[in-house]
Formats: sequence, C-alpha cells, structure tokens
Amino acid sequence: MSDLVSAALTIAAKDIRIEWRTRTAVISALVFAILVLSILYVARDATAVPALALAPSALWVTFSFAAMIGLNRAFLTENELGAMDAIRLSGVSPSALFLGKFGSNLAFVGAVEGFGIPIFVLFYDVPIGVHLPALLLVTVMTTVAFVSVGTLLSAMVVQTRFAEVMLPVLLLPFLIPPVVAAVHLTAVLLGGRPLSAGLGWLKLLAAFDVAFVTLSTLLFEATLSE
Amino acid sequence: MMTRAEALRLASRATVVVAICVVGVAAIFVRALVFTPIERAQGPAQKIFYVHVPSAWVALMAFSITGLLSIGYLWLKDRRLDTAAAASAEVGVVFSVILLITGPIWGKAVWGTWWQWEARLTSTLFLFLLFVGYLLLRGTIIDHDMRARFSAVIGILGMVLVPFIHMTVYLFRTIHPQPVVLKPSGPTLPGSMLITLLSSFGVFTVLYLAMVTARYALATLEDLKERELHHVA
Repeated sequence: MSDLVSAALTIAAKDIRIEWRTRTAVISALVFAILVLSILYVARDATAVPALALAPSALWVTFSFAAMIGLNRAFLTENELGAMDAIRLSGVSPSALFLGKFGSNLAFVGAVEGFGIPIFVLFYDVPIGVHLPALLLVTVMTTVAFVSVGTLLSAMVVQTRFAEVMLPVLLLPFLIPPVVAAVHLTAVLLGGRPLSAGLGWLKLLAAFDVAFVTLSTLLFEATLSE
Repeated sequence: MMTRAEALRLASRATVVVAICVVGVAAIFVRALVFTPIERAQGPAQKIFYVHVPSAWVALMAFSITGLLSIGYLWLKDRRLDTAAAASAEVGVVFSVILLITGPIWGKAVWGTWWQWEARLTSTLFLFLLFVGYLLLRGTIIDHDMRARFSAVIGILGMVLVPFIHMTVYLFRTIHPQPVVLKPSGPTLPGSMLITLLSSFGVFTVLYLAMVTARYALATLEDLKERELHHVA
C-alpha cells in the first residue's frame, strides 16, 4: 500500500516539477478560463438574463472546458521518446501510475480553479460569503469526478489519431452527471441556501466520485500497451 | 477463428433471418394499425408505441451486451468478444436512431412538442452519442489489440454511466409515460395491445440477434481479408 502511494506521489511530483518550470499549461488554461467566463458574461441578453442566473452554468462550463484543454496534454510527455516504456520498466504498477497522473492533473485543474473562482466572484459579482467552504467542497468533488475519467480517457486518446477531437467527444457524456450536479449545487449556494437543500445532487456527485475513481484505477491497465 | 467459407455461410444465414424479421416487422405494423384497438386518451398516435418501445428495449439490451462483452474481452483477451461487442454497439446505434425518430413524432402528437428535456429522452440521447463516440474511436485506431482494449474501456465506462445519467435527468421532473409492461405489479396493458407489443418485442429481439450475427460475420471476413493482404505484402 505504501509502495503504491509513494510511487504515485513520485509520478505526480515529476509532472508538477515539469509544469512548474514553465507553468505554460496552467497559465494557458487559466487565460482560456478567464476568456470563456468573459464571453459567457457578455454573450447574453443583459435585459432578460441577470448575470447571477447565468453564473452557476458559466462557472461549470468554463471549468470543464478548461480541464479538457489541460487533460488533452496530460500524457504528451509520456508519449515522447519512449518515456512511458521507461516508467513501466521502472516497475511502477499501473494503478500507481494512474493515481500519480490523476494526482498531478488534479493539481493542475485545481490551480486553474483556485485562480478562477476569485475571478468568477469578481466578474459575476456573486454573493458567496459564508457559503465559500461549501462551494469549495462542491468544486473538489466535481473536479475529482471529471479528472478521474478524463485522465483515463486522455491516456487512450493520446495514442490515437484525432486525439484533440476524440477527448471531448468521449469525455463530455461523462461530464453530464457531475457538471449538472455542480451547477445545481452552486445555484443552491449562490441563492443563500444551505448545501443540504441539494442533498440529492450531493449524493449523486459522491456516488459518481467513488464509482469512477475506482473504475478508472482498475481500467487504466487496459490503456497501456503490453 | 472462422474460415472464410464458414464466415460467408454465417453471414448469408443471418441475412436470411434479417429478411424474415423484416417481414415480421411489416406484419406487426399491419396488426398494430388494423387489428389492435385505438387507445382512448392518445388516439392513433399511440400506434407508434409498438415500434418505439421494442426499439428502446433492443437499444438498451445492445449497449448492455456491449458492456458485458467488453468486460469479457478484458478478462479473456479473446478477439471474438471484441468483434461481437462492436457489432452489438453498431446495431444498438441503429435502434437508438429509430427510438430518437419515433419518440418526437409521438411527442408532437401527444405532448404538443417535438422535443422535451425529460429523463428518458435525454438519457437516450447521451447514450446514443456515447456509443457513436465508441464507434468513432474504433475508427481512429488501426492496431487490433489496442482498438479492442480501448473500446472495452469505453464499453464498460458507458455501462456504468447509464444509471448516473438516468439519475441526473430524473432529478428533473419527468413527463415520460411510466412503464406499462415491466413493472412490479404486472402488466396493465389490455390483452390485444399486450399481444401486439409482445410479438413486436419478439420480432425486434430476433432482428437484433440476426443483425449482430451478420455484422459479426462481416467483421470476421474483413479481418481475414486484412490478414491475407498482410501475407501478400
């Protein structure tokens, strides 16, 4: 067990170190997120749709698209110069490799969200106040949901032709339950109601997290060539 | 693996069964339109139900079978399971199209609108798109082994996704008619309608099996041809 965790942490640390040197992926995903948030704000009929009514959808559409841009590149370093073979030869188990990549992707998407949420609060002028911790909980649960499936699918599509198109086509159906749940929960919180008002959605999100983190970890081995 | 002659024989036999089923479907239409009473509340529009509901059954069965065959493939690594899973997915997509076309026609007549974002319609649409994605993914991979492994992953993920999508859209209000046959208290459909519906289920199920078999035989023939070309080259 501790072997699994330490191997996963080593893999995640490697990715984070590589990203830290340039910070290109996170910064470009963040710029993309700010652009989408702004476009969604201005591309509405301001007389009919108040910004607050649009805010939950705007937030989650933005975060899921930004995550997808990041995930598209998640396995590019492994795909070059036989790096994946080298990692496999080092004796790391497929589960540890998956959990490591999952961890680093969570860190990248989390960083984008960490900067994105204050910008969202500023742009959409949302009354978040005391509900901020609850919003962060929803954000973490939703991010775990789509990064788990996203990491698994990214490992596959990077080995195919049309990777950039295939990832959204395959991943978006899996984003429907977590993103819809997140939008509803965010709307509950922005409406000043407690998280318990969206208990059904919270349960759905929790069940999705458990099911797909487990399933992705188990299925990851099938994405590696023998 | 089958020989070329065996695959050809299987394909032609399956095609004969498909042809018989097409005649069967025509017979169902005649029975549904002429010999089955008109439903009181919905009027003639309800007739489409005898095509719509069996298509839904076949589509769901097809995708579930794809999921189960995918698990089987990852476990046993038998290429025939992958070929069968892909055949089932393809036939499932065809029946989803029938489902998504007949549904709105009925909806326009009874609900007064072509499309409704309610639980079953929405789940079917996403399931359909997911399996179109499954087939697209297969098209982008040349290596047999990799294609089989990747498709199996999507097949399994898809099977697990279905209940989640259903729960998601169910948390919205649903206006879809509730089940009238497969429900705990037993069927509530009047006798003559039930017979028409059940015969339609039967014909559609056999049609599904025959189409999957035909597709499976064709895929085997494609494989054999490909190997032959490799040997020549």
